[in-house]
Amino acid sequence: MPEAARKIHVNCEINGQAMSLEAHPMARLLDVLREQAGLTGTKEGCGEGECGACSIEMDGALVNSCLIPALQAEGAKIRTIEGVAGAAELSAVQQAFLTHGGAQCGICTPGMILAAQNLLSHKSQPTQNEIREALAGNLCRCTGYTKIFESVLEACRVQRPRP
Amino acid sequence: MYRSRAFAEWREFAAAGALQSLEIDELYETSQRYQTLLCPNCRQMTMENRHIGKSVPRKEGREKVTGSARYVDDLTFPQMIHGVTVRSSVARGKILGVRFGNGIPWNEFTIVTAKDIPGKNCVALLIEDQPCLADQFVNHPEEAVVLLAHPDKYLLEEARRAVHIDIEPLPAVFTIEDSLSRKHVIWGDDNIFKSYRVEKGDVASTWSGADFIVEGEYETGAQEQLYIEPQGMIARANPADGVTVWGSLQCPYYVHKALVRLFGLPKEKVRVVQTETGGGFGGKEEYPSMIAGHAALLALKSVQAVKMIYDRAEDMAATTKRHPSRTHHRTAVARDGKLLAMEIDFTLDGGAYETLSPVVLSRGTIHAAGPYACPNVLIQSRVVATNAPPHGAFRGFGAPQSVFALERHLDRVAAAVGLSPEELRRRNFIHEGQTLSVGQVIHEKVQMDKLLDRALELSGYHEKRERFARENPRNAIKRGIGFAAFLHGAGFTGSGEEYLASEAQVTATPDGKVRVLAGSTEMGQGTNTVFAQIAAEALGLECEQIEILQPDTSLVPNSGPTVASRTTMIVGKLVETAALAIKQSLLDAGFLKKSYTSSDFADACRQYTDRFGALQSLVKYQHPGDLHWDDGKYQGDAYGAYAWAVYVAEVSVDTRTAEVRVEDFVAVQEVGKVINPTLAAGQIEGGVAQGIGFALYENVIWQEGRMVNGQMTNYIMPTSMDVPPIRVFFEELPYARGPAGAKGIGELPLDGTAPAIVNAIAHATGADVRQIPVTPEKLMEMLEGVHA
Repeated sequence: MPEAARKIHVNCEINGQAMSLEAHPMARLLDVLREQAGLTGTKEGCGEGECGACSIEMDGALVNSCLIPALQAEGAKIRTIEGVAGAAELSAVQQAFLTHGGAQCGICTPGMILAAQNLLSHKSQPTQNEIREALAGNLCRCTGYTKIFESVLEACRVQRPRP
Repeated sequence: MYRSRAFAEWREFAAAGALQSLEIDELYETSQRYQTLLCPNCRQMTMENRHIGKSVPRKEGREKVTGSARYVDDLTFPQMIHGVTVRSSVARGKILGVRFGNGIPWNEFTIVTAKDIPGKNCVALLIEDQPCLADQFVNHPEEAVVLLAHPDKYLLEEARRAVHIDIEPLPAVFTIEDSLSRKHVIWGDDNIFKSYRVEKGDVASTWSGADFIVEGEYETGAQEQLYIEPQGMIARANPADGVTVWGSLQCPYYVHKALVRLFGLPKEKVRVVQTETGGGFGGKEEYPSMIAGHAALLALKSVQAVKMIYDRAEDMAATTKRHPSRTHHRTAVARDGKLLAMEIDFTLDGGAYETLSPVVLSRGTIHAAGPYACPNVLIQSRVVATNAPPHGAFRGFGAPQSVFALERHLDRVAAAVGLSPEELRRRNFIHEGQTLSVGQVIHEKVQMDKLLDRALELSGYHEKRERFARENPRNAIKRGIGFAAFLHGAGFTGSGEEYLASEAQVTATPDGKVRVLAGSTEMGQGTNTVFAQIAAEALGLECEQIEILQPDTSLVPNSGPTVASRTTMIVGKLVETAALAIKQSLLDAGFLKKSYTSSDFADACRQYTDRFGALQSLVKYQHPGDLHWDDGKYQGDAYGAYAWAVYVAEVSVDTRTAEVRVEDFVAVQEVGKVINPTLAAGQIEGGVAQGIGFALYENVIWQEGRMVNGQMTNYIMPTSMDVPPIRVFFEELPYARGPAGAKGIGELPLDGTAPAIVNAIAHATGADVRQIPVTPEKLMEMLEGVHA
């Protein structure tokens, strides 16, 4: 049997919790999250950074976790779909996806919601075109995106500060 | 039409004296009342809908938006190992041997070949021509030959690359033309899986009297389903317990049938469980039987749980796609635009094995003449063998191919006659009492004129036609607007539903919890939610009180496959009937009053179960006696009901780059009563987006039977930047035999989207486009032709 590549410990913060994960240095962060941390909400759709199903937030930026080697996560702050909802309630984006038909089969939904959250964290009242652009790296085969745009707009409406 | 076991049980218990005060006449009267209750029209008159027509949130939506929904790759079993497939590198050939390369500890691996199959080496479907593992011969690239399993995924991948299958190549066939010419016979005697002939009136005698004869040939390419969750399965198997699989699939009983045959086991020793499924669109109709067989063979030999998950490249290379098609139209038209005769020759490329091709061909054939009342029609069709992976089910199932040809052709017919595209259609639309090409008299109300008017008005069609004609000559970016008119039959074709004889069950527990047990799967289209709405409506309860069991063949009855726009209309009706029977049992037993709360309902369930035992109702489909189909002549009532639609597309074409953008899209359809407007609109919007891909972007590039662009990087599906506003409108004419009046909807949007877009491109540019996808490269060549 070929000698197994040496594993390293990756120390990072995932969904607000400090974690130390054992992994091959070049293992995909996607696999480490799913297999070591048990965070299976992050999905693999293509494994080549095209579909965005594996989107997570890393130090505030939206990234495809299938393209990130595990060692790059050292010291990073990571948020996955499991870290989006509060203890009891859904985020405004999650709630809007639920009520406005933004999720159908649900496989792109975790990545899509993180992309939407990431947009809204930078810009609370985006235009329709800014929403389209922000979600362009997340493919959905079910919805035709229409209900996803409506869901994001609804989340913006709910979050808008009252005058 | 429907008879439920609960009703039979109720009759038995009544006859046994449980309701002693009832005389025979009263019993008869009560049973009549029961039947009345089953009639949706009567019910609608007396009861206001509480859940039907409401956008009830998705039943499993919370799990999906929080990431807690568990798909097959999210599941882990104790001591689970991983499986991979070693595939053929050539299109057709004789297997000479398998070599296992150096540097791999092969003794640690479970290795399976065709020799390890305990039952019959086939993927049982319509016929048994497709092997589960190739033995002696391969008939397409990527055909599975050897299976490997090992605990270490990474080592497994190295091992896969170290297996060499020696194959002596044989001559192969890659095109419809070569298959038809029988250059090499690769399947049966003549390369033809199936052919049909549909004849109405007398086409031959019409040509001489026609004012115009218009001909044309039209082609559509293969299309990948591209569900975002790739195919995957986990299996456990041992001689004592049999085989169990968990996986991403549409049709649990298809997989069940295939495993029974592959392992030679009695039915009760095979169990199939659907896990949360990340999209199917037909792609998970027949192929899961293959991967389930592979995972289970490895599980049986290794005596461990085996997980097989395809990566995207393998999924695109090895699994099914939409059948490529070629259609020839020859049409006789009178000066006033009346269609006199339609001669349609329709051919599909089926790939290397038969799989579902005859059924796909059937639907494509029946839809080929569209929603028009032409007196003379001849449709001849066939599906041929090539040495490509078998083409298979994809939303629309043959109809998007033949509808594309027809609706593009009719715009050309209109031009030849000198009529507008809309006027030509208007003069030929079918009406109530007229017959379709298969001889089916349309008894339902048809409003194609109204749908057309509404679609043209909502899209601003006439104003835009004029404006674009004015503005296009001075712009490099040219605009166009076009439409397609079409119908789509819901449910299995002809006698299909009769053969399926689907069942669904509703049960109630002593504490008043209601469960729906059906083999119909949720894959994003909304089965769980729609069934909950139907059952809650029938029982006067809240949707939250209805539990939908995850399909598991050891628990749920066979409701038939989740395909063919049949789940809401056919299985939903069984659910409605079963739920009503539960309610009637409680009413008749005297435990429930006409008006009740949910706690009254729970009390009644407790009293009933205390006294009579389990409260359950199993309903089996019974074919309406007035629907007749002749399989031999291919004549009769092809479908119980049709959805009717007119779609309008507005495009811009940059004549410098030949890039096409869809700028606006209006989809108007009549689908019976809409049960959940948000879910229904979501079906149409998603289907239109797939149709945009089919028309413009999704180009499978073949090289000797192999897809060479099998990555999302170079097989392009629409992104959020590529879809226009998709504006969806429903006309609602309740269908008496559908649950609460609903018809099927799922496949409809794939039929009309591509021809509407291509008609718009032709309007914008004058290019007579007859092939899809219309890539910029192809359009550029055509534009150069137009302006040369």
